Amino acid sequence: MATPLVESTPTQARPSRTWVGVLISAGLVVLMVTSLFIGVSDVTPASLLSADDGGRAGFLLVVSRIPRTVAVVLVGASLGIAGLIMQMMVRNRFVEPSTTGVTEFATLGMLGTIILTPGMPVMGKAAVAAAFGLFGTWLFLQVVKAIPVRQLVLVPLVGIMLGGVVGAITSFIAYRLDLLQSLGQWSQGSFASIMAERYEYLWLAAVMVVIAWVAADRFSVIGMGEDFATNLGLNYRRVMAIGMIVIAVITACVLVTAGIVPFLGLVVPNVVSLIIGDNVRRAIPWVAGLGAVFIVACDILARVLRFPYEIPLSVIVGVIGAAVFLWLLLRRRSRAH
Amino acid sequence: MLTESSTRSAGAGRAGDAESAAHTGRLPATARGVLASWWACPAVRLGLLATVVVALVSLYFFTDVPGSLAFALKIRSITVLAMLVVATAVGVSTVLFHTITANRILTPSIMGFDAFYALIATAMVFFLGSAGFLTFDALTLWAAQLVVMVAFSVFLFTWMFAGKRRSIHLMLLVGIVLGTFFRSFTEWMQRMLDPLDFQVVTDAMFASLARPDETLLLLTGILVLLGCAAVVPLLHTLDVLSLGEPVAVGLGVNHRRVVMMLFAIIAVMIAASTAMVGPILFFGLIVANLAYSCVGSFRHRWTLPAAVGLGMVCLVGGQLLLERVFGFGGALAMIIEFAGGLFFLSLVLRKGAR
Repeated sequence: MATPLVESTPTQARPSRTWVGVLISAGLVVLMVTSLFIGVSDVTPASLLSADDGGRAGFLLVVSRIPRTVAVVLVGASLGIAGLIMQMMVRNRFVEPSTTGVTEFATLGMLGTIILTPGMPVMGKAAVAAAFGLFGTWLFLQVVKAIPVRQLVLVPLVGIMLGGVVGAITSFIAYRLDLLQSLGQWSQGSFASIMAERYEYLWLAAVMVVIAWVAADRFSVIGMGEDFATNLGLNYRRVMAIGMIVIAVITACVLVTAGIVPFLGLVVPNVVSLIIGDNVRRAIPWVAGLGAVFIVACDILARVLRFPYEIPLSVIVGVIGAAVFLWLLLRRRSRAH
Repeated sequence: MLTESSTRSAGAGRAGDAESAAHTGRLPATARGVLASWWACPAVRLGLLATVVVALVSLYFFTDVPGSLAFALKIRSITVLAMLVVATAVGVSTVLFHTITANRILTPSIMGFDAFYALIATAMVFFLGSAGFLTFDALTLWAAQLVVMVAFSVFLFTWMFAGKRRSIHLMLLVGIVLGTFFRSFTEWMQRMLDPLDFQVVTDAMFASLARPDETLLLLTGILVLLGCAAVVPLLHTLDVLSLGEPVAVGLGVNHRRVVMMLFAIIAVMIAASTAMVGPILFFGLIVANLAYSCVGSFRHRWTLPAAVGLGMVCLVGGQLLLERVFGFGGALAMIIEFAGGLFFLSLVLRKGAR
């Protein structure tokens, strides 16, 4: 449903931000409602209101459709925020958990719990994955210190190399233990198996988003370096730790419920910064909203392209995300040296 | 940057002492001094390395022969030749890559050669079934993979270097993103395979040095040799390149042309060896970095052969250990990859990303 834009009176060059905000909100509502009524079973507004099927449609809606839609929105919002925080802390536009080895470390932790303690409750698995992700974040930050700031593109390059090494170790272990196919099944991003009682950890990610919102401007200050931040009266180490925990917990919660969703945390904050500039505090709700819109749209695509089968969400996000990432990379050539 | 710290260490090391001794005309008085100045010479170190390689290969050839020696030799020489081809391709291409990118912790594999390899293997199994894939002519498959990988690299270089000047790092990142793009499709296809077919794909995805097809070995060997022959006239240019791009351009190197040529050589070598034995990602890191520290010089006439020699030491020595001591010879490539990954992590933590 397109909101009619202002008629063609010559306005300022940039679209009014309020309008874009309204568009994003409206788009999100429309997409979420659409998402509720897509699926193999017949759930339509009409079948919900009629009492013919003994409440089957309503039951499906509550048990499967609503949880799925909520989960998708939470994943999109929190991944966007994780990317934004990481970009602030490293002062580099091209990083996010999946291009820096954080996601790979969390996956390794998850594989470890599956091998060593198969009966562990999901909360425990998420905790181990978060601990590994935290180590990965710390490792990456150590590495970044050694890279000259001006070499913008080298930072994600080294991060991807790091992720490649950890990913190779993970798949090697899985290969030796014949777990490769199941690793592929649960680590590839998809919302196909989300039901009620299966996604509640994502609210933890939502809590992290709130923390990030509260502490937003501190992250951009610590991106300036330890001395600078300390001079402004910030407890550098504490803020750094908070940022790392936010990133690791979001990564782990998303991994446990939905799997690996590539590029979202990289693409969304960059697009937002093109629209409204670099004020982090103001960017946070935008990033969360646009992240949700992007991923709900991708999830709907994943469900309708080969109806009644589903395409894994990460394929759609990977393809669209890669295209946008390339465009971002090649757009500002002069600054990417 | 490998230039600053390394040239200083090479200049201030024992090589420097020996040179200064030679310049001032004071000969080293003691035998120890003679030995030290000998030891500082890269050629001597390279000779020692070659001796070690020859010793390991003869050990592998002539010990633990179960039946007829001639038969054992025939089989083992094919294995050793395959190792030589892989060690050369990986060692040379990694050192060249380090020189081009001015960075010692990257490998050419980052460009996503393995992504293409996986895509082709998965697509074949997906459309032909595992039986069709396994009976498919190995030579055709090898040629198809080689052509696709080289075409991708050439496309990437020409696109990134056409017209405006672009940074090498940016080009690598674009290559990686494209790799992720293709990996998405690969994963999707893999999800729709039944477990048996999936097993076939994953077995193809892990490098194996077990007896390769002899025709493939010959062809790959020829390509790798051609690549080496193309590098020989560039040796001095490479030394200038490692001073960094601005300096190299100032000294009259046609930077873009040389880099394009080197990338083409790297692409052919890596693509050929990947198509023969499967993706090898981190092995080159160990070999190249050990070569720098082992030779004590950064001149490519020493580091390139040293990298190849060290590659042989790793492969033949590793195979000896696994086969004769631990009793399983099949997992060599995987164990070396694993070691390479751990080596990378330690390198990053010790030296940072330079």
